[in-house]
Amino acid sequence: MASPADKVRVKTMMPPGHVRAPAYLRGKIGVIERPLGEFGNPELLAYGHTDGPKKPLYRVRFTMAEIWGDAAETPTDTIDAEIYGHWLEPAP
Amino acid sequence: MPHDHHDHDHFHHDGMSPSGHPYRADNDEPLSYWQCMEIAVRELLIEKGHVTPAEIAAQIEAMDARSPANGAAVVARAWTDPAFKARLLADASAASAEMGFDIGGLRLIAVENTGDVHNVIVCTLCSCYPRNLLGLPPDWYKTRAYRARTVKEPRKVLAEFGLELPETTQVRVHDSTADMRYIVLPARPAGTEGMDETALAALVTRDSMIGTGLPKTP
Amino acid sequence: MSEKFPFDGRRWHDMGGQDAGPVTPAEHDFALWEKRVDALQVLMSTKGHFTVDGLRRALEDMGEDAYEKYSYYERWIAAVNQNLIEAGLYTLEELGEKMDEARTRGETYGEAARG
Repeated sequence: MASPADKVRVKTMMPPGHVRAPAYLRGKIGVIERPLGEFGNPELLAYGHTDGPKKPLYRVRFTMAEIWGDAAETPTDTIDAEIYGHWLEPAP
Repeated sequence: MPHDHHDHDHFHHDGMSPSGHPYRADNDEPLSYWQCMEIAVRELLIEKGHVTPAEIAAQIEAMDARSPANGAAVVARAWTDPAFKARLLADASAASAEMGFDIGGLRLIAVENTGDVHNVIVCTLCSCYPRNLLGLPPDWYKTRAYRARTVKEPRKVLAEFGLELPETTQVRVHDSTADMRYIVLPARPAGTEGMDETALAALVTRDSMIGTGLPKTP
Repeated sequence: MSEKFPFDGRRWHDMGGQDAGPVTPAEHDFALWEKRVDALQVLMSTKGHFTVDGLRRALEDMGEDAYEKYSYYERWIAAVNQNLIEAGLYTLEELGEKMDEARTRGETYGEAARG
């Protein structure tokens, strides 16, 4: 389980199908804003599998600079998104 | 742009409904394929005992009863009661339920606007919205333009709503990607000292709770 | 998606950060048939016949063309129906016959729905 302020990177994988990790955040590094607890896995629920293991969910905060680089409107503005634990890896 | 509904002319206010929106061409229009499917699905579910007409009517009534006024009451309470505000920021679902609102399984997070921070809510992947508190989302919330651009150029999007933010204000965008829904707790406007909760609630607009607007000033 | 770039796995509904035009602050009051679609979605998912993710999956799989062509609740009834068919609550034959029968009741939604 990740803890508040931990640095995490959203995995870059691009499997087909129903996932809730937005493409614009994949590969981007953010900071855990808060853990939210465990929730059903949308990647199973979407296909009718309601008995699968739950997944931890986190609110992760990213800076506009991290996401959009030089194209950021205001680099210090932020985006918070909810990302399931299996989409996150520790970041240096 | 997607046809998230048929043409309306926003410069004509004659013939608008009491909510200020166009009346919907509804029961008198030629039956569409999709309307026909709705009739068939609903009747099959009723015939097979999966749902009753009373359950459908009650669900429509419950959804109709949810409106931005519910959120406005929550905001006004937070503006006048510091202990309630602390509870709202800690657990917005519990705080809303405490005020008697039927929010079902809504898991709500309140994000607070201050002098330095402005929050705005979007759902880039679909149309997630705190519907069990505020009612159904406005059409623009579900458009490609709002979903695509709010995470990249929020200040330009807000400017299109007439909200120009200074560079000294930090913008925090919240993308509702999973199980939480968000409501903005706007900052209490200046000049409202001494106003009671009811009067304050009347200043709280729907857009100020999405973050695309500010509360009205007295 | 431009044909100049190979497909990278990003799907059409995953819109964050894409270019798009100005936001037009359109809204409308919902029609009865739209409220019924919304109610059926809530009731049937609450009863456990499908999940919200199942609804989203069907909407996503309908493709971008459907998003551009059809209204929100038109897409929703299609997705609700897709999930109910998958759940086995009724068959396509039953649906087809019921739609044909409803169509014979009149020219308008009000007549076909009998209110």
